[in-house]
Amino acid sequence: MDDFTWRVGGPQGGGIETAATLFARAVGKGGWWVATKREYHSNIMGRHSYLDVRLSRKPVASFRDRVDFLVALDGETLARHLGEVREGGVLLYDPKVLDLTVHKLPMLDHRVAEDLRERLGREDPSLREILQAYVEAGVQPLPYPFEEVADRIGAELGVPSLQARRTLNTIAVAASLHFLGFPLEPLLEALALQFRGKVLELNQSVAQAVYREEVPKLSFQLHLNGYEPGRVYLTGAQAAALGKLAGGLRFQTYYPISPATDESTYLEAHTAFTGADVAVVQTEDEIAAVTMAIGAALTGAKAATATSGPGFSLMAEGMGFAGMIEAPLVVTLYQRGGPSTGLPTRTEQGDLMFAIRGGHGEYPRIVLASGDLLDAFLDAQKALAWAWRYQTVVVHLLDKFLASTGQILPQETLKPLALDGERRLAPKEGKPTPYARYAPTEDGISPFAPLGTPGVFYWMTSDEHDPLGHITEDPVLREAQMEKRMQKLLTARKEIPLADQYTLFRDGEVLVLGFGSVKGTLLEALDHLEGVGYLHLRLLWPFPEIAHLLEGKRLVTVEHNYSGQLADLVQQETLKKVHHRVVKYNGRPITLEEAVEALKAVKRGQAPGRIVLRKGV
Amino acid sequence: MVELKLTDYKADKHPDWCPGCGDFGILSALQMALFELRLDPSQTVVFSGIGCSGKTPHYLNVYGVHTLHGRVLPIAQGAKLANPHLAVVAVGGDGDGLGIGTGHFVAAGRRNVDMLYILYDNEVYGLTKGQAGPTLGLGEKTKSLPKPNPQGRVNPLLLAFASGYTWIARGYAYDVKSLKELIKEGLSHKGLAFLHVLQPCPTYNDLHTKEWFAPRIYRLQDEGYDPHVPEGLPPEELDKKMAQFQEKAAEWGERIPTGIFWKAEVPTFEERLKAYLPRYPEVYPALGQQEPLDLEGLLKEFAL
Repeated sequence: MDDFTWRVGGPQGGGIETAATLFARAVGKGGWWVATKREYHSNIMGRHSYLDVRLSRKPVASFRDRVDFLVALDGETLARHLGEVREGGVLLYDPKVLDLTVHKLPMLDHRVAEDLRERLGREDPSLREILQAYVEAGVQPLPYPFEEVADRIGAELGVPSLQARRTLNTIAVAASLHFLGFPLEPLLEALALQFRGKVLELNQSVAQAVYREEVPKLSFQLHLNGYEPGRVYLTGAQAAALGKLAGGLRFQTYYPISPATDESTYLEAHTAFTGADVAVVQTEDEIAAVTMAIGAALTGAKAATATSGPGFSLMAEGMGFAGMIEAPLVVTLYQRGGPSTGLPTRTEQGDLMFAIRGGHGEYPRIVLASGDLLDAFLDAQKALAWAWRYQTVVVHLLDKFLASTGQILPQETLKPLALDGERRLAPKEGKPTPYARYAPTEDGISPFAPLGTPGVFYWMTSDEHDPLGHITEDPVLREAQMEKRMQKLLTARKEIPLADQYTLFRDGEVLVLGFGSVKGTLLEALDHLEGVGYLHLRLLWPFPEIAHLLEGKRLVTVEHNYSGQLADLVQQETLKKVHHRVVKYNGRPITLEEAVEALKAVKRGQAPGRIVLRKGV
Repeated sequence: MVELKLTDYKADKHPDWCPGCGDFGILSALQMALFELRLDPSQTVVFSGIGCSGKTPHYLNVYGVHTLHGRVLPIAQGAKLANPHLAVVAVGGDGDGLGIGTGHFVAAGRRNVDMLYILYDNEVYGLTKGQAGPTLGLGEKTKSLPKPNPQGRVNPLLLAFASGYTWIARGYAYDVKSLKELIKEGLSHKGLAFLHVLQPCPTYNDLHTKEWFAPRIYRLQDEGYDPHVPEGLPPEELDKKMAQFQEKAAEWGERIPTGIFWKAEVPTFEERLKAYLPRYPEVYPALGQQEPLDLEGLLKEFAL
């Protein structure tokens, strides 16, 4: 097998994330490249959650429709994921759940229960009947009594049942790998990455015990892929946080919100590392988060905040203030399903237009979007550098999918970029005198003097102002300041390297345009398509000059929102018609198969102008 | 630093407040306090919110940041935390601090960042022509209100106390000398100082005028009130202090107290930050990157 997806599902808070991480690290230790996708509810404990670990022989950043190996740690997983496992795939389940019926699964959405009733033609189908449906679809069932195994191994090792059952996740992973004929050694090494001391000993003993049991050999096996050192396994939120550190971040504010918080708590937990002493402040709300970061930035500290849609809405006024007083500010926006509270833990790209246009009045802002984890790491650095170069707001777009996706990357790719270009006023000696901070310049950028710069002082105001920063309503001064600020956008578009603005990965008569997290899926889709190209947009505002690349092409956008915001933006900025809008707004990431199928239809000339993708559990 | 004169702290900008506005008194007191404390204008920042009071920084020759309506506190705190060497004063009106900015007012108390917050209280939204402010009493009708105020008054001193402010005082805009002393004490206090300033609005507040305040205002220190709350005070002593505070903070009407109501020793937010930023405040954010990042060390936990 060259391409393999392992899925584990169970109740939230039951450690299935630990299981997926363990599986990913074990196969990673065995040389595989991995991407891990996490789907979870806005809930602390009990609601259904699942993760896919996709293995590939080369670096991978996208996910498949069909699962090769499903581990159902509870009855609800068995019910919900019917139809997800491919023909010939495997279902590992605990037989004790089979007597449950759909009615007895309290967290199952009525819509799913209704579907199951209809599909199985029964008022209250039992899980035994659902299992039968798996079998009829060609899935091989592997009954595995997880708790019984835990108790049995516990007894062997002289460990009480309660303690042994805490290793259920290790048992699930060990059993999966054992069935797959994968060697034990990488799993033991992965456990050593995850646990310490007595807990490690217990988990390793449990894994060894699972491996001692005879299991039937499956029709497909998972072999080692040749271990290479120098690889790391991390998530998008961690990659973005590391990027901020590499970019010299000194001050971060946040108000707790899914899925953005992980970045801030990572920073908070790692301040002891050399050069990582970032002051992280949890504020009373996102208004305070954005304004406190601005206050810090005014002193010369590289400052940022991270949030998600609802918080970003509250930040609109503060961002305008930063634009007005020319404060360098990075806002990392982890998009999630909107509007309002929306889908707090599901992915979307619905904030594109808001990121570009949100807020009253006009000010220069730079919006960039990351396509994958490595981009997130590099873009976080660029965002900080550009905020300081252009002394304005930079919105770094990510989304829930990228935040929680895990990926194995070669460590050598995670290198700090050499970026600079800050223009600062040199300190002065003698009696402090007023500094004309806002004196117009040709490129719009005037030397920034952080609060506390010796020898000078000046004023800043959210009102329109004169070069000293005093309030003015004079029409001539207004024009001069508006032009000074907005000039920075033109300067930025001229200065930012084209490679940071967009990448034409392949040209084709059908040209796909995308931004952000669709990148991994679309790049892989190209392998299955002919005559289809992909233009990935990295800089969304100021909008890159791409019209010449679109000439005579059949244009398709692929994005995670309802209306096709990227399509609107491309049309507005290039005056080229986007012929097809492929959209998805159910909160689940676009899968490889979905993308390929939609683009093949476009290529054949059989697709409507609007294609809605609907897959996902 | 070169020796500065009092007039050096005054900006070359004519205040556009109404004649007789209490803001003039506060501005003078602030200018004198900065001068008497010999603060370096390039190491001093006056932040303000929006409204008449928001224009204060423009009339002073120090760094001035005229921010957003209600957001002066988070902005000032961000600056102070990022550069703890700055002397920071935040100013704003009653609507700014206790109307639109109440959440920040409360949260600031919980942190105790070392700075001074001056609240100009004239009970009305002056710049928008005299609507009821959050400190105007229930049923009171100032001249541009079409009907008596249907909402009640918030007591700034009690709210500051409930929020954890460690230095709480009240001044009167027309007693410039006492006000200057309060500003100096507030700036010298270690932690977040809250100075509530009663300030007639000659244009829109025809109830609580200079004439109304004059016979009512008195000074706590003239009556032997001791605001000091030493660290480690026994609970029964602390109870007494709190009862004394509450009585005076609630006093309003025939007699209105001014002066320092509460002065406690509590670790500042800067000191608390040290718990996870071991090199703070010696290495503070405004200094920028001091040493190259140990990226390799950080990546170890992710290594396969």
